[in-house]
Amino acid sequence: MSSDTKKVLFGPVVDNNPIALQVLGVCSALAVTSSMANALVMSLAVMLVTAFSNLFISIIRKQIPSSVRIIVQMAIIASLVIVVDQVLKAFSYQLSKELSVFIGLIITNCIVMGRAEAFAMKEKPGVSFLDGIGNGLGYGAVLMVVAFFRELFGFGTLFGVEIFQLTQNGGWYQGNGLLVLPFSSFFIIGLIIWAIRQWKPEQVEKD
Amino acid sequence: MSNTKKPETVAGTLIFVLIICLVCAALVSVAAVGLKPLQTANKLLDKQTKILEASNILAIALKPENIKNAGSEDKSIVSTYNKYVVAKMIDLDSGAFIDGDVNAFDERSAARDVTQSIKPKNDIAGINRRANSAVVYLVNNEQGQLTTIVLPILGMGLWDLMYGFVGLEADLNTVSSVIYSDLKETPGLGAEVLNPKWKALWPGKKMFNEQGDIAIKIVKGGAKKGDIHGVDALSGATLTSNGVEHTLHFWLGDEGYGPFINKFKDGGLD
Repeated sequence: MSSDTKKVLFGPVVDNNPIALQVLGVCSALAVTSSMANALVMSLAVMLVTAFSNLFISIIRKQIPSSVRIIVQMAIIASLVIVVDQVLKAFSYQLSKELSVFIGLIITNCIVMGRAEAFAMKEKPGVSFLDGIGNGLGYGAVLMVVAFFRELFGFGTLFGVEIFQLTQNGGWYQGNGLLVLPFSSFFIIGLIIWAIRQWKPEQVEKD
Repeated sequence: MSNTKKPETVAGTLIFVLIICLVCAALVSVAAVGLKPLQTANKLLDKQTKILEASNILAIALKPENIKNAGSEDKSIVSTYNKYVVAKMIDLDSGAFIDGDVNAFDERSAARDVTQSIKPKNDIAGINRRANSAVVYLVNNEQGQLTTIVLPILGMGLWDLMYGFVGLEADLNTVSSVIYSDLKETPGLGAEVLNPKWKALWPGKKMFNEQGDIAIKIVKGGAKKGDIHGVDALSGATLTSNGVEHTLHFWLGDEGYGPFINKFKDGGLD
C-alpha cells in the first residue's frame, strides 16, 4: 500500500478525524452510542454510504452541472441511505427497529455531504472511495469508544454481554444514570478530543 | 472543477438532473420491492414471537428438539404459533367476533382511518383514536383447550406510544404476561419494561377485584408482598410506569376489551 493510499484510508482515524477535528456528525454520535451493537451497525452504515456516495459522485464529477451539484449529491446520498435502511429491515429486523430513525438521518450527516463536496468532486473515483471508507472508520472509531464507556458504565454490559451485574438484576453495580442518556456523549467526545490534542498538539486551533 | 468543462445550459442541466433522478428512483424501487418479502416475513415473525412470549409458550418453540425438527429457530416459532394460536377479529364496541382478514388487519392504519375508528370519550391511555375492531389471539394447549388469550395493547409512555401484548389466562383475570414489542422509551429507565426481571413480576397478578372492577396498579416504591393487584413501578421511570397502568386500565375498560371480556365471561362466545 502506497503512503498516499494509507494517508487517505487511515488519516481520518486520528489525524483528521471527522468528529474530533472536523466536528462533523456529532448529532448521530450522541444518539446511537447507548450500546456497542448499535454503534457498530451505525458505523458500518455510515461507512458504506460515504464510500459509495463518494464513488458515484466522483465518477460523474465532470458531468455534474455546478449550479445543481448539491441537489445531485443529496439525491445520490438519499438513495443510498434508503437502500441501506431497506437492507437492514430485511436482514436485521431487531437492530433496524432501534436504529431506523437514525439510519434515515444519515442523509443529513455532515460527514457524507462534506466528503462528497470537499473530496469526491475533485478526486478520482478509486481514491474517493477509499476516502469514504477512511472517514467511516474515523467516525466509527469515535462511536465505538463512546459506546464502550456508555454501555459498560451505564448498563454494565458490552455488546449485550453482562460484565458488571446491575443492582436491579441482583448484582453489585449501580448503573450510571447519566451515561444512559444521550447528552453524556458530549462529555466523552470532549474528553476524546482533549486526549487526541494532548497527543497531537498540532490539532489545537490557534486563537 | 476542471477548466475544460463546457458551459452549462439550462436544457443540459435539466436532462442531467432527470437522468440522475431516474437512476436513483430505479435503485430505490428495486431495493424496496426486492426486499419486501423478507421484510414482511421479519415483521410477522417478530409479532408471532411476542404473542408466544405473552402466552408463556415461547419456551416450547425454543426447545432444542423442536428447533431441530423444524430446521431453524425461526421456523420453530412459526410452526409453534400455527399449532397453538388462533387469531380472531372482534368488534370492540359489542365485543363479538366478526369476520375479517386477520392477516391484513393493521391496527395503526385502521386507527388513522376515520371510518374505521372512533375518538375515545375517556382517552386515559392517550391514544387519540381507537380502531373499531381488533385481532385477539386465542392460545390452546396440546388438548385443544383454551389456556390464554393474548390482547394487543397500546398507550402513551413518556416519549411516544408503546405497543405490546397482554396475555390473560382463560378466566380473563389472571395475567400470564405483559410484553412490549415496540417502544421509544429511554434505555435503562423506561425501556426497562423489557427487562426479564420486571416482566417476571406480572404472571399470576389479577386484573380485576372481586367486585369486577379493574384493580391492577403500578406501585411506586414496590408492591406489598402478597398484593395480587400491585406490580412494582420502574425506578426512575414514573411516567412510563404510569403509562403502563393507564394503558391497561383503558384496554380492560368499556372502550377497550371490556365488552369482549364480559361477553366471554358470560360464555357468550362459544
